Amino acid sequence: MKLPVQRAKIVFWLALAALLLLPFVTDALLGRGWVRIADFAMLYIMLALGLNIVVGLAGLLDLGYIAFFAVGAYCYALTGSPHLALAFPSLFPGGVHLPFWIVLPLAALVAGGFGVLLGAPTLRLRGDYLAIVTLGFGEIIRIFLNNLNAPLNLTNGPQGISRIDPIRVADVSLNASQEIFGITLPSVHLYFYLFLAFTALVIFISRRLEKSRIGRAWMAIREDEVAASAMGINTRNLKLLAFAMGAMFGGVSGTLFAGFQGFVSPESFSLMESIMVLCMVVLGGMGNIAGVILGGVLLALLPEVLRHGIVPLQQALFGKTVVDPESLRMLLFGGALIVMMLYRPAGLLPSRVRRRELDTDEAA
Amino acid sequence: MAHEANLPPLLEVRNLQVAYGGIHAVKGIDLHIWAGELVALIGSNGAGKTTMLKTLAGLLHPAGGQIKYDGNNLNDVAAHRRVAMGMALVPEGRGVFARLTVAENLLMGAYSRNDRHKIATDLERMYALFPRLAERRGQLAGTLSGGEQQMVAMARALMSHPRLLMLDEPSMGLAPLMVQKIFETIRDIAALGMSILLVEQNAKLALQTAKRGYVMESGAITLSGASGELLGSDAVQSAYLGG
Repeated sequence: MKLPVQRAKIVFWLALAALLLLPFVTDALLGRGWVRIADFAMLYIMLALGLNIVVGLAGLLDLGYIAFFAVGAYCYALTGSPHLALAFPSLFPGGVHLPFWIVLPLAALVAGGFGVLLGAPTLRLRGDYLAIVTLGFGEIIRIFLNNLNAPLNLTNGPQGISRIDPIRVADVSLNASQEIFGITLPSVHLYFYLFLAFTALVIFISRRLEKSRIGRAWMAIREDEVAASAMGINTRNLKLLAFAMGAMFGGVSGTLFAGFQGFVSPESFSLMESIMVLCMVVLGGMGNIAGVILGGVLLALLPEVLRHGIVPLQQALFGKTVVDPESLRMLLFGGALIVMMLYRPAGLLPSRVRRRELDTDEAA
Repeated sequence: MAHEANLPPLLEVRNLQVAYGGIHAVKGIDLHIWAGELVALIGSNGAGKTTMLKTLAGLLHPAGGQIKYDGNNLNDVAAHRRVAMGMALVPEGRGVFARLTVAENLLMGAYSRNDRHKIATDLERMYALFPRLAERRGQLAGTLSGGEQQMVAMARALMSHPRLLMLDEPSMGLAPLMVQKIFETIRDIAALGMSILLVEQNAKLALQTAKRGYVMESGAITLSGASGELLGSDAVQSAYLGG
């Protein structure tokens, strides 16, 4: 079913208005903490869309994806904080304070470079073998960050790097409330709009990639690599490009994360996070942008809903907290995945192709 | 014959050797195809036919010998560059992109071309050649029957405008009627002047279709010559035709 252009336009503007009002509505109904949660959800959506390129389009199973988020985050943490004064007191007495907008493209490039670094040795691997190598890669990056505090204190080890400069847009710091047209916008609202713009950009790029010649070549590689190279596709370069593009999305998201949070430490980049992002892609519907966004929103909100819902519920029922919400999260999450795989194996919003595949199965 | 005596063959293979690890699958093969010729390469399972074809397409690297195509040495030319030079492979087991539609499969075949405006016309030409595919253009290739998938694989290869079409076991796993249909199409394509290397286990059918043939056994060519002679020879009769 195709909406007439006129109606599609109206829907678009209504959705945009709703998104712009969302932080105010959330703030009024649920409290400011939830606006912050929405900000994080958008960082996850960007990550999931980046991983979707690698896993959903090119069919390369990556279990270490969070490493690129870490690379982006540490790029800004090192070049936008007083930290490097510890390692190089004479060179940078006050630390390095590069503007965010300069670091952002550089961090994307560095993350893309790490993507190629992971892709190059794994070109001949597929499926489970590739998954194991990428898993190892993710852990190597995290362990490096954890241990690069001696002999030279580069990353400050497990303590992480704090006092990262806030993101500034046209000389306005997003870390303080701003008043625009008589409306006071708290910091979390400002970040909400910034992240919304970035998410929109990432969605736009994803859509263009999917419909492009490159996107079709990735899908051909996913379906049959030998046949793809018999079509004249340079499979080596295109697989490296998939790793690099996915990594760049992760790097951008990581840079935004560091500026927003003001603090990074290796524990934010554990294997569990990689798996979480992969689950967002799979749960929502691999290869379908709308599905991946939905997966990102659901899985980013789930732990918060549990944290804010389960504890009071238990208090009311039993008068004490019986089950820790954190462990309940994993239980529910695992259960949800099993149910999903049994009843909706192609995801909540299956991709166009997967849906057609299921339709023809029924017809046959 | 379409060729003139002073032109070199379109494809010329000299003493080609291919090895997997330490095992030699192809042990010094000489073979040539003139422009416009339909040549069959027959042999039993495990003779090294597919290895040979994959090496010609650039998917495997030779351990020794030389491949010359259109006057160029191909040994160091990557697989994707060979497609642009006009070599197209229809892989063993067809290799269709299962979760792409028939139309998308065919478009992938035109990936290496840069004359975008002509692609739509060629697509229609393929649908005329394979009317069955026209009916199923929106369907996922993985849901088609084996014969239809073979048609997709052949049409997809033709979309790259090849000068040399390499077919790996087009009859594999197909019903007899469908095999007849596929081979009719191969004859039609050959009649248009395309050079074809047809690799088959079905020796009788392949030799009836081709003008000339090679017989491969354990990685080496044991016989070659005009199809009629090969069909009549005692060695082929006893080994492949059960006579």
